[in-house]
Amino acid sequence: MTDPLIKIEDLSIGFTAKGGRQAPILRGVSLELCAGETIGIVGESGSGKSTVALAMMGYLKSGLSVFRGSAVFDGHNMFALSEKERARLRGSSIALIPQNAGQALTPTLKIGQQIDEALQLHTDLGRADRETRTVELLEKVRLPSPEEMATRYPHELSGGQQQRAAVAIALAGNAKALLLDEPTTGLDVTTQAHILEFLRHLAQDLGVAMVYVSHDLGVIARVADRVAVMYAGQLVEEGLTRDVLNVPHHPYTRGLLASIPRLGEPGIPSSMPGVPPAVGSELTACAFADRCAQVREACRKGVPDLVDLGTSRSRCLFSNEPAAAQTTALREPEIRNDMALSLDNVAISYSQPGLLDRLLNRPTKTPTVDRASFTLQKGETLGLVGESGSGKSTILRAIAGLVSPRAGSITLNDGESLTAPVSRRDRETLRKVQMIFQNADASLNPRQTIAEILSAPLQLYFGLKGQAARDKAKTLLEAVRLPERYLDRFPGQLSGGEKQRVGVARAFAANPEVTLCDEVTSALDVSVQAAALSLLTRLQKENGSSYIFVSHDLAVVRAVSDRVAVLYQGRICEVGPSAQVYAPPYHPYTKTLMGAVLEPDPDTAPVLLADDMTEQAPPASGCPFQRRCPRRLGDICDSTLPPARQLGLGHVIHCHIPEEELDGDALRVAQSQDLLPTG
Amino acid sequence: MLNLLQTTVSKPSGAIGLGLTVLHVLIALLAPVIAPYDPTMQNADAILLAPNAEHWMGTDSLGRDVFSRVVHGGRLAISVTFAAAVIATLWGGFAGIFFGAVGGRVDEYSMRIVDAFLSMPWLLFLLLIISIGGAGPATIIPTLGFFYGVAILRVVRGAAMQVATRDYVTAARARGENIWPIISREMFPNLSDILLVEGAMRWSWMLLAFSSLSFLGFGATPPTPDWGLMVAQQRSLISTAPWAVFWPCFALSTLIIGINLLADAIGKALGLDRATAIAV
Amino acid sequence: MTSLILRRLGFAAFTIAFVSMVMFAAVEALPGNVCTSFLQRFAQGPRLERCIEQQGLDRSAIVRYGDWVSGAVQGDFGYSLKKRKPINELIWDRFSNTMILGGIAALLAIPFAVFLGIAAGVRRDKPLDLSLSGAAMLAMTIPEFVTATALIYVFAILLQWFPAVTILPPGASFMQMLPNIVLPVVVLSAVLIAHIMRMVRASVIDAMSSDYVQMARLKGVPEHQIIRRHAVPNAMIPALNVIALTIAWLLAGVVVVEKVFNFPGLGTLMIEAIYDRDLPLVQTIALIFSVIYVGVNLIADLAALALDPRQRRKGH
Repeated sequence: MTDPLIKIEDLSIGFTAKGGRQAPILRGVSLELCAGETIGIVGESGSGKSTVALAMMGYLKSGLSVFRGSAVFDGHNMFALSEKERARLRGSSIALIPQNAGQALTPTLKIGQQIDEALQLHTDLGRADRETRTVELLEKVRLPSPEEMATRYPHELSGGQQQRAAVAIALAGNAKALLLDEPTTGLDVTTQAHILEFLRHLAQDLGVAMVYVSHDLGVIARVADRVAVMYAGQLVEEGLTRDVLNVPHHPYTRGLLASIPRLGEPGIPSSMPGVPPAVGSELTACAFADRCAQVREACRKGVPDLVDLGTSRSRCLFSNEPAAAQTTALREPEIRNDMALSLDNVAISYSQPGLLDRLLNRPTKTPTVDRASFTLQKGETLGLVGESGSGKSTILRAIAGLVSPRAGSITLNDGESLTAPVSRRDRETLRKVQMIFQNADASLNPRQTIAEILSAPLQLYFGLKGQAARDKAKTLLEAVRLPERYLDRFPGQLSGGEKQRVGVARAFAANPEVTLCDEVTSALDVSVQAAALSLLTRLQKENGSSYIFVSHDLAVVRAVSDRVAVLYQGRICEVGPSAQVYAPPYHPYTKTLMGAVLEPDPDTAPVLLADDMTEQAPPASGCPFQRRCPRRLGDICDSTLPPARQLGLGHVIHCHIPEEELDGDALRVAQSQDLLPTG
Repeated sequence: MLNLLQTTVSKPSGAIGLGLTVLHVLIALLAPVIAPYDPTMQNADAILLAPNAEHWMGTDSLGRDVFSRVVHGGRLAISVTFAAAVIATLWGGFAGIFFGAVGGRVDEYSMRIVDAFLSMPWLLFLLLIISIGGAGPATIIPTLGFFYGVAILRVVRGAAMQVATRDYVTAARARGENIWPIISREMFPNLSDILLVEGAMRWSWMLLAFSSLSFLGFGATPPTPDWGLMVAQQRSLISTAPWAVFWPCFALSTLIIGINLLADAIGKALGLDRATAIAV
Repeated sequence: MTSLILRRLGFAAFTIAFVSMVMFAAVEALPGNVCTSFLQRFAQGPRLERCIEQQGLDRSAIVRYGDWVSGAVQGDFGYSLKKRKPINELIWDRFSNTMILGGIAALLAIPFAVFLGIAAGVRRDKPLDLSLSGAAMLAMTIPEFVTATALIYVFAILLQWFPAVTILPPGASFMQMLPNIVLPVVVLSAVLIAHIMRMVRASVIDAMSSDYVQMARLKGVPEHQIIRRHAVPNAMIPALNVIALTIAWLLAGVVVVEKVFNFPGLGTLMIEAIYDRDLPLVQTIALIFSVIYVGVNLIADLAALALDPRQRRKGH
């Protein structure tokens, strides 16, 4: 065997805490990577995965220092090199593709200039050659009209295009290894799938090694030959992707896999209790002991070593024991035959025509959301799913009264109109509709205690004050399984999952009839997400509230929804019972979306149907999906609104394609293993 | 509060700032007790005496004791500017939070006017007003308070706009809270830090402005002991009696520096990056 | 692009109009008028009536404002009661003197301050930064008249290098003027440099800790090139507006500095006018300063537009 390209040995990195204590972020990580190989580093926030990757370039974020160990790249000990030598390697032999290309590209330099800079630094090409090479590189990353792209500024590119431009810069120096730090996080599923396929092929074509950092096992499963699972700064399991994902040995890997909702399975996945140890804390036992279902006495005696199991390594004393049974809890919704909410032909516009527009008689912009109609029954959960710009959150904001619809009506069960904005709704109507926000960090006032936060709706809707409000707040905390002592804490003293529980408790303080959940789990780690989903399910059962559950994650929506509406560009493409929407026949957009979902299974491949262009605004007429549709019929799609085709009880598809010809094939056939290189 | 004080003082610049400010305020309060002479008492037998055992800082051209005058010299400046700073912080802070919370057209048009006000060299405007209304606290306090309030408004409104987009404010709006509870319960607690630091910082700039006015002859009126006025009056004799100019300069500068350092240290202790805020 | 420039121009015009209105309104709203201010205790009986008639004060405020504006647009600012001369004759010499003083101070200070700000920003919390920031703090907080007095004491009285007060024959050449303006320029520049440097420093620190600078480092770009190509252009965009705002300081400072050095500029003329309660003259000078200030802000806005592709190509 040849020498590995990257070799990290017993690397510990951390910061010096108050009083001179060394607080580690990485704890003795050892990892190797051969030329041309792709390794996926997976872990939750705070696991140290990005720190490992950056260490391979000899880069430390400010405030961090190396306590122990080494990182060797291509024979160079990266932390022993001089700054100048490190700079020479960076960008040439080893290059980084950043998480947020939008912020990592210099705003005042054109794309071409930024590529040219890398070429100037790492090649001997002359000016004219560099220009040709720049265009070649932009072509290689498959950006449309590369000559023109080179003259654009970063903000003139879409998110996916910015990511491709960042790849072009990374490729400028003919790198032997590419580091990818969550390069698709924050992109839409379809864009993500396209970028990932592109990166896979790129790695194969160029024979470069890739280090792929992600929190998403689905992404890792797709791109990596080997996977390293990080937990609390330690490597807990490492091996071939197929082995680790199919037969995980470490309880954490098992828990992680079990907590991921799957597209094909309804129901709430099992959750992992507790939270990981704080970053920089001292370890005296197995880091996972407090959350492990199979914990024994021995686990708390000392930090376990990484055990070699032949095909993989696992940091568990009991790696070979059978896993505890993981259960998926099927929801048992109690839907009553009673309307909770209905939307009829709602149109929403953010921009009102200004005076100048009216004077010049400019055409009014097509509304952000149009023809949104659906109903919600008591005790039911309706999932709204779509990519960014699909208008799903806008619809929620209209129901909450934060934006006013331009046309159509929103009605509560008893005929009360919700078309009026918040300021013109009466208190009782306000109480009936509550919202839970995506980012619990931002939705809880950092200057109020939990008791104050929970008292606000209690006082507003029920006039509760003082001790009465506090008592009620206590019961609310109990309902979301948080201890009473949290009442006097500030949000900053709570973990992400706990904060989201407070957010849920605040919504339920009003005892709402309709609860609007806006991407409520997307800021949470997977292991915490499952617990939040089951909490919401339990509360629904106890309170009989109806949910509208907005998410970009199709698997999460599947897990919690009775019915699902698929949105594109503010228009509903398909709506119906989950089981029917998630099964053929599909609307072409639904199929595109589902095809792009990545699952933590090395044997499934995404199906890429439409290209990943970004839409600027919804089309003025015809089908909203006309520009990207893989099954476009012709002019009719551009000119005529697609008919609503009734496919079954409450299942509607808006498409010109007749029902019989809609795609009847199931999506997820196990794919052959063609694309993954072996060895 | 105590915690904030500790963090502020933990750095030398904060400790110096707090020390200088407190010292100056105490001297101003206790001036009648400290000063050995009546600051306005003229003595024809003791004109332009160099510092000596009887007159620690010497005497000026009218034979007045410089030490007594310096000790009294901050009283008017500190009280006038403090009053103006309180007015500026209150009205600028309130209007800033209000416009930030309301947003939309109201905010947009108001900001045009605010920007136009900021586009006026306010000192000149102040001089214009003095030329009509006459010098004196009754003109200076409201004018300083108004103009510095506009600057505070701009800064606070920028911060309030950011706070207004936070989800906890959206949550309160969706809950159906009125504008007042939103401003007082949700927004104000998250902006009080900025207000405190802005107010303190503006106070130091107001002192600078007031003493400049006094120097020009539009602030304090003779024979009031005032640092700016003292410099203006004794400046022509600087070659023969530098002490009569040096000490008021020294006192004034240390006070402004002290407040400035203090405001800066409080800002840092509160984790505010004041560097980008504009000191108009 | 053109619409953006037009919008900036429109705002500048609006601001000047607004400022002139506020100044006019302030004079109207306060007790007294041009005549009572001018005549002081003689403001009674036929003298007052004659003055009011001469000044046209019996007409409505709107008409007088219109007159004032249309006159100002044509370069006619009215008549100074005290000096018994048209204001036009009084201001232009003074105006050019002040422009020379302020212009030289700005031209020296801005590049120097930008340079120091960058130097301090890239060496954040290092000795150079700490000493520069400390010096800037002193320059900002010590009043101009104190600095000026100290400089006069040292350089004019002890060393006798420069004159302590300006002595200019009417129509003096630039070379005659030069020794007279060294000290005033130093005082003005010190304040300007301090403010601009602090802002540039903060802005550079922001840029240096941005993702794109980290990315450039990981691309292997040498440090000096990171500063020059990546950090500084981006840092200058927010700094430009503050540079413009500090001009306000310069303008306020000009009045004080001119007074200290007895420099025959608009500032000293304004102070004289205030002592004389010569309202039309005060109004005119305040308006001129405002126009200069708005003009500087406009230039800064346009420069930011040229520097920032995001503002340029997106609009708004």
